[in-house]
Amino acid sequence: MEESYTLEKKEKTITKESISGSEALMKCLMAEGVETLYGYPGGAIMPVYDQLYKYQDRIHHVMARHEQGATHAAQGYSRISGKVGVVIATSGPGATNLVTGIADAQIDSTPLVCITGQVSSHLLGSDAFQETDIIGISTPVTKWNHQITKAEDIPKVLAKAFFIAKSGRPGPVLIDITKDAQFEEFDFSYQKCIGIRSYKPVPVVNKKRIEAAAALINSAKQPLIVWGQGIILSEAEDIFKALVEKSGIPAAWTILGASALPTSHSLNVGMVGMHGNYGPNMLTNECDVLIAIGMRFDDRVTGNLDSYAKQAKVIHFEIDPAEIDKNVTADIAILGDAKDSLTQLLPYLEEKTYSDWHQKFKDLYAIEYDKVIKNDIHPTKEGLTMGEVIHQINLQTKGNAAIVSDVGQHQMIACRYSNFNITKSNITSGGLGTMGFALPAAIGAKMAAPERDVIAIIGDGGYQMTIQELGTVFQQRIPLKIVVLNNEFLGMVRQWQQLFFDKRYASTEMTNPDFVAIAKGYYIDAQKVTKRSELKLAVQEMMASDGPYFLEVCVEKEGNVFPMIPSGAGVSEIRLE
Amino acid sequence: MCENKIYTVSIYTENNIGLLNRISAIFQRRHINIESINTSSSEIDHISKWTIVVELSEDRMKKIIGQIEKQVEVIKAYYHKEDEIIYQESCLFKIKSEFLFEERQIQNIIKDSNAKIVHVNREFFVLEKSGRTEDIELFHRELKAFGIMQFTRSGRIAVTKDEMKISEMLKVF
Repeated sequence: MEESYTLEKKEKTITKESISGSEALMKCLMAEGVETLYGYPGGAIMPVYDQLYKYQDRIHHVMARHEQGATHAAQGYSRISGKVGVVIATSGPGATNLVTGIADAQIDSTPLVCITGQVSSHLLGSDAFQETDIIGISTPVTKWNHQITKAEDIPKVLAKAFFIAKSGRPGPVLIDITKDAQFEEFDFSYQKCIGIRSYKPVPVVNKKRIEAAAALINSAKQPLIVWGQGIILSEAEDIFKALVEKSGIPAAWTILGASALPTSHSLNVGMVGMHGNYGPNMLTNECDVLIAIGMRFDDRVTGNLDSYAKQAKVIHFEIDPAEIDKNVTADIAILGDAKDSLTQLLPYLEEKTYSDWHQKFKDLYAIEYDKVIKNDIHPTKEGLTMGEVIHQINLQTKGNAAIVSDVGQHQMIACRYSNFNITKSNITSGGLGTMGFALPAAIGAKMAAPERDVIAIIGDGGYQMTIQELGTVFQQRIPLKIVVLNNEFLGMVRQWQQLFFDKRYASTEMTNPDFVAIAKGYYIDAQKVTKRSELKLAVQEMMASDGPYFLEVCVEKEGNVFPMIPSGAGVSEIRLE
Repeated sequence: MCENKIYTVSIYTENNIGLLNRISAIFQRRHINIESINTSSSEIDHISKWTIVVELSEDRMKKIIGQIEKQVEVIKAYYHKEDEIIYQESCLFKIKSEFLFEERQIQNIIKDSNAKIVHVNREFFVLEKSGRTEDIELFHRELKAFGIMQFTRSGRIAVTKDEMKISEMLKVF
């Protein structure tokens, strides 16, 4: 193992001093610019917590109420700031409780460094108290992981961990440190890692392919851009906007791409996928050139691949070579960082307008507005809708808030109807679909961006999966806004039961507690809205509040999210009702 | 859909703990059985070479190579068709010594097969044979009639007819 470390490129900064492994860890974190981390103490990580006590003026440790909450908080922190999120937990159950958050970060390409304590090295494999093979367990859901049994390995492994987490296609890294390595003293020095010989994080953009892509785009009659989170991760928003505006091509987004281009932008034609907009889904199967940028053709985006954009030439801009031709075969694949690729592409593109093509999007939007959107955001029926709550939040935040959504119907509604003026404003669990994500993720997001309004939109089901993090909100006095859209159902599962399982509502009806009383139990200001007439004032009060605020909105019980591409159907089989 | 075929995968990696788990998980997650797997040192110091045999479609094979190469400690992965490699497997048979002396036929089988006697004692003798899969299968069938006390067989090891430019790749770093 030691051999390979000499095969990494390092910055030249050397200072030597003899310190413990756990103090070295603090110095590594500070050298990597870590100011905030999320975690939960326990036996095998106690030497590290002892150092967190010593360094508390320089490193802010936020104690979650469950290790899963710590991972989602670190994810929220990372997603809004672009920095690496850091998590600390103890061995055994502390480590296994991280797994959901790590898996979420892996599939949504979120850079995390998770540090777990481990039993002392002489106890490894002895089924010691709180021993678990977290390296084995986390292997399939980490970009990289490593166990440290000697203090002297801490600096080089940590340097490598931060480099791997952040570079290329980002992802989670787990470092497991035995307790004896935390205690052991050694001569500390730190050098940042700037390269690993077996790892090529950013492919070089192929200029010939850029030219070929430009020629294909310039000759297109009905081109469509579908962008994903790659735009946000490579911080390519400005060049992307310039490219969209110059080329005049309608641009649609995947759920994780949301907010990279403002919702109100005239060339933003909405969301693709299962509950995306009617126009971009239908017209995916009419475009002649499909330009996919920083997205991975997830099944929730494509529906049935056999009837996905078969008529189109596909150009795929992507940083991860394994994504090329994985789900959709690319006619032109351009590997590289989206910002580099788009910067090279822009000068080749011709200025165009495509007015007839845009008219098709407008016509389909008009149909969707009439059949779905109007009834969602300006309902005339009795029950409150999720859409009108989001609409009210839009009006009062003017589209400047960061929206952190959980998973389910409210997530689809939040993504469909939120106005996003600012990038990195849609924080949600896209790939893994982790219920319980939003409350802790919103904690991390608000801490990373205290100047922004951060609003968690959560269903009554998901809220109860990580409701204990109200304790973190309270202890840290985090002024985030929590909106629970309560339909007394696991709404999305119920919708599927209604549509595909003959309304057999197996285990989806919720008997809920008094959510306001629970929030108040944590000394969080709270109110509940049951009538349309109360909504505006309640949202006003929430937004005007200086501290954390909880708002429960009782919405109609059996509302459905449309449009919808039924599971297994093609994008043009999208249903409006 | 393309048809399933035998492919031999060559992977050059750093020599790190846990990589076996990471590589095998790529196959396991996709419900693909690994027919054989071998890891050893390679022609380059401190670089491991893996030889994995799997049966699947070429389309899936290509995607899996992408997933393998995505791993941080993997330098390069390739897949080869049967005619692109020179390969061998090795096997050991433990057989009762009495057959060696009493059955003339077994002596002929050993002679014809290019197998080697690597150990003999009063109770048993041990035969070693290297060859292609079908050679070993044939040898196994022939010896089976006499009764085999123990049999074991290695994974495939292979070299390619074409060059794999790993050293050049490492120089670029």
